[in-house]
Amino acid sequence: MNWDWDVAKDFLPELGDGLLITLEATALGSVLAFALGLVWALAFRSPTRFVRWPVAAVVEFIRNTPLLVQLFFFYYVLPTWDIKFSALTTGVIALGLHYSTYTAEVYRAGIDGVPRGQWEAATALSLSRGRTWIAVILPQAIRRVVPALGNYVIAMLKDSPMLALIGVVDMLQKARAHGASSFEYIEPYTMVGIAFILIAYPASLLMRALERRLGH
Amino acid sequence: MTAGLWEKWLLPGFWITIQLTLYSALFAAVVAFGVGIARTSRLWIVRFLTGFYVEVFRGTSALVLMFWLFFVMPLGFGFQLVPMWAAVLALGLTYGAYGSEIVRGAVAAVPPAQREAAIALSFTPAQRMRRVILPQAIPEMIPPFNNLLIELLKGTALVSAVSVADTTFAAQLSRLATGDSLEIYSIILVMYFVLAFVLTRLMRLLERRAKAGLGQAPDKRAKGPALTRKPSGARKTEQSSDLITAGGAQ
Repeated sequence: MNWDWDVAKDFLPELGDGLLITLEATALGSVLAFALGLVWALAFRSPTRFVRWPVAAVVEFIRNTPLLVQLFFFYYVLPTWDIKFSALTTGVIALGLHYSTYTAEVYRAGIDGVPRGQWEAATALSLSRGRTWIAVILPQAIRRVVPALGNYVIAMLKDSPMLALIGVVDMLQKARAHGASSFEYIEPYTMVGIAFILIAYPASLLMRALERRLGH
Repeated sequence: MTAGLWEKWLLPGFWITIQLTLYSALFAAVVAFGVGIARTSRLWIVRFLTGFYVEVFRGTSALVLMFWLFFVMPLGFGFQLVPMWAAVLALGLTYGAYGSEIVRGAVAAVPPAQREAAIALSFTPAQRMRRVILPQAIPEMIPPFNNLLIELLKGTALVSAVSVADTTFAAQLSRLATGDSLEIYSIILVMYFVLAFVLTRLMRLLERRAKAGLGQAPDKRAKGPALTRKPSGARKTEQSSDLITAGGAQ
């Protein structure tokens, strides 16, 4: 192993630039996944099966097919419909949509975990449907699933290098570009790998602590 | 889509995807059982090393690991793996790390009285594991392993990035050849979905077998047309949290 510290030092600023993009994609993807997941979870509970079944089928399909292929799908198919997004936007949409199918299940578990008495109390107080959800059910449901949602943010972080394959200039893409121009592969790729561990490990420790705090 | 593209690329690519899934799953299962059981060892050094392995491989991204094995190994250590085996190694090590947590959780969930009974009957530790603990732990592992297997199947699409000619790679070539992105990507998404569906059915069958061996009926499925098990809620065991982590395991 011939590690060259000078190369590592040269690559460090690029790694920083890439890290910002990686974090940006993860953050925006998370927001989208949290919001869409909630929409799916509420649709699962819709009184009519004409909403429930199609949503369940679509969610199931998205969850059981590779994110990478979905990414390519959006990247190459959307422009043919005259919908033009930047690579980063496309990536965020694909990432958020894919993970929304996971967060939907998390929300569903959280909503199912709210005791029946809460629903009955809301009815007894003659709260409207919207008010019941917003003021009673969701605050309790979401509180219990925060660690699970956090774990999916970490999973999204680790999936974000896929965006490099459609040309988003994240950490992995920086390493690829650096390698392609200088034939220095060892340091950039190793540093990118270590950067992921350095972010993901403390984050997962945090989630575990949170899980204990909120007490399952 | 022409017949030539199907015969020359997509179908062989699909076969490669199936092979990759099977080989990586086997390798990951070996790693998962080895590491998962080693993490319950009495020696702290064994526990520390296996714990370190699990955290490192759960912490990093499978795609980055694949690039690392593909580009850094030949330069840094002077030996090169065939792309297919580099891919199996990367997938197996990553998903093996996730699987080891499932194994550990299921082994820990076997009632302590079983272990004590085996000790009282003066079983050796190996006998205890093989005859008492694992037969009860394995049926519990199958549903989370199923989720992980689907994640692994989806993870195999990553190998197209290191030029293994799998389904996704074939789709890229077909897209360049015909320019018909919508048709090609729709087709391969359906191909992946069908494969996931078949794998889930097989795992269900396996679960029923394993549970029947213990004289238990399989769990009633949660409502809804879901393919995979619900990640949480239904089962409030130690595994449920692992399951959630394993969900987006790439």
